[in-house]
Amino acid sequence: MSIATPDRFGAQSAASLTERLTGARRDVRGRIVEWILLSALGLSLLILVALVVNLVDRAWPVLDGRLGDFLSSGLDASNAAEAGVWQAIRGTLTLAIIVAIVAFPLGIACAIYLEEYAGQSRIARLIRINVRNLAGVPSIVYGILGLTIFVKFAGGLTGGRTVIAGGLTLATLVLPVVIITASEALRAVPQSIREGALGVGATKWEAVRSHVLPSAAPGILTGTVLALSRAAGEAAPLLLVGGITGLLRTGNQSIWQQITEGGFTSMPVAIFSYARQTGADFQAVTGAASLILLVLVIIINGLAIWLRNRFESRW
Amino acid sequence: MPELASALTPLRSSENSRKVNMTEAAETDQVPVFRTRGLAVYYGDFRAVRDVNLDVRGQEITAFIGPSGCGKSTVLRCFDRMNDLIPSARVEGSVEYHGINLYDKAVDAVEVRRRVGMVFQKPNPFPKSIYDNLAFGPRLNGIKKKNELDEIVESSLKRAALWDEVKDRLKASAMGLSGGQQQRLCIARCIAVEPDVILMDEPCSALDPIATARIEDLMQEIKRDFTIIIVTHNMQQAARVSDRTAFFTTEVNNESDRRTGVLVEFDLTQKMFSRPSDERTEAYVTGRFG
Ligand SMILES: Nc1ncnc2c1ncn2[C@@H]1O[C@H](COP(=O)(O)OP(=O)(O)OP(=O)(O)O)[C@@H](O)[C@H]1O
Ligand SMILES: [Mg+2]
Repeated sequence: MSIATPDRFGAQSAASLTERLTGARRDVRGRIVEWILLSALGLSLLILVALVVNLVDRAWPVLDGRLGDFLSSGLDASNAAEAGVWQAIRGTLTLAIIVAIVAFPLGIACAIYLEEYAGQSRIARLIRINVRNLAGVPSIVYGILGLTIFVKFAGGLTGGRTVIAGGLTLATLVLPVVIITASEALRAVPQSIREGALGVGATKWEAVRSHVLPSAAPGILTGTVLALSRAAGEAAPLLLVGGITGLLRTGNQSIWQQITEGGFTSMPVAIFSYARQTGADFQAVTGAASLILLVLVIIINGLAIWLRNRFESRW
Repeated sequence: MPELASALTPLRSSENSRKVNMTEAAETDQVPVFRTRGLAVYYGDFRAVRDVNLDVRGQEITAFIGPSGCGKSTVLRCFDRMNDLIPSARVEGSVEYHGINLYDKAVDAVEVRRRVGMVFQKPNPFPKSIYDNLAFGPRLNGIKKKNELDEIVESSLKRAALWDEVKDRLKASAMGLSGGQQQRLCIARCIAVEPDVILMDEPCSALDPIATARIEDLMQEIKRDFTIIIVTHNMQQAARVSDRTAFFTTEVNNESDRRTGVLVEFDLTQKMFSRPSDERTEAYVTGRFG
């Protein structure tokens, strides 16, 4: 009697069970939420696509006719047909290298100290919060800071409005981001790894160097490379510390001159300069330069993703 | 023990003091390996365990049993200063290792952990190769030669009954091993540095009966060389493997409603399981614990 027969389960008839299981009542609210989320995603994608389409459309005269020429010619304010971006690309790469050399080791060292050594003291917590706040400071403020410190105060060392001053300013700008992402990567390493290393008699540094850092390396790398792409896209602070915008005194200087005397430029600064020129020709030039910067940033981000997948660790 | 004292306190250290002390301790049988007096551990304001007075002897297996949350792991982690890693943890009373107070300011926790190894409740292999997992400890101790390392790796894996299963893939990631294999790897990693004491926190809780039996055999085999303390929830295991058993429980203070772990009874395992002196022990070992 109490054993379920094929058509009876407890008090429910097989028919009503079938009805319930096959979902006669739809989850209406769930569907609505799903649609809202989907449209949000669609809208975001649409804006992105519109942006790229608009850029390509605008830049087409340059992309179609003289892309190689554009990449290899110098800045030119008078003749859009001759204008190019090679100093800007060179400048952006130089700045990126300076940022990588300065901000990465410094930021990672700060993160290791804060996560592994500082403990939970009040000061350590205060510093952690303030690093987060620093990451939110607008980039133009870092420009002012760079102008005051690297151009004026330490001008004797940096040479004034040089590419070094620019690189140091960008390094300061991304330093908080590097510290935060590296800290997060270190925090994601399970405590059991540290215990395992200390348990066989490792010192704190041996545990950090041999196990914690290698485990956190993919996350640290991803974060720092993303910080680099942020630095590559900044114009505002560079305008204050000597990025050349005039297009006449263009950044034709050799790297050595840029380091010692100044006169550098970068992709965002060049875009800013071209955008101020009038005429459809220069619109095309601006569009092309923007696309190239976009591609540059996408390459850097792609590198970050590749690094993460390549070295992802499991525990 | 002047040699051990100088080894544990930094600045001066002598490398082969361990062996000397082990034989000495075995011969005299007077100073226990560990002696705690009035041990209490706090996590912030919370007193997790209090008044623990224990003498752990060398070349014996000591089991810690008791209900969950009574402080077994907490006490165990005092013996290799692992509690140092928890910022809120604070230790009161004394924990002596061969007569040296481990919580003395001059004692170097790293030197302690080279002598007192630990196997954790959850297997925690490094995300590296099996070989590197085992070689890490010996390398810290200055062993660099490949053939010496190879030998240590092999013998440790053999002792942990894992060699046959992994000998063909020593370069493979340790994360690819099964849970039980990972735990035996952690035991091998611990043995590889030849500690004086091995602390095991529920080493078999994730293992099948066969792997458990292997580890119990292993413990019997290595107890001649090491002093072992094992935390276990398995009464049969405690009864099977240990020479002495400590039973902990949680006491609830009726006024403050605070729970604190206490050591109820500590005696020969045989006695603990046949005629314990405390009724709470009897209730627990016979499974009538509330
Ligand atoms: N890191 C910590 N911070 C705060 N409280 C803790 C911490 N670790 C343990 N405790 C508390 O201390 C008490 C004893 O914990 P412990 O881990 O020593 O118990 P246990 O006997 O090992 O239990 P189990 O058998 O479940 O492993 C528990 O009440 C626990 O909540
Ligand atoms: Mg425990």
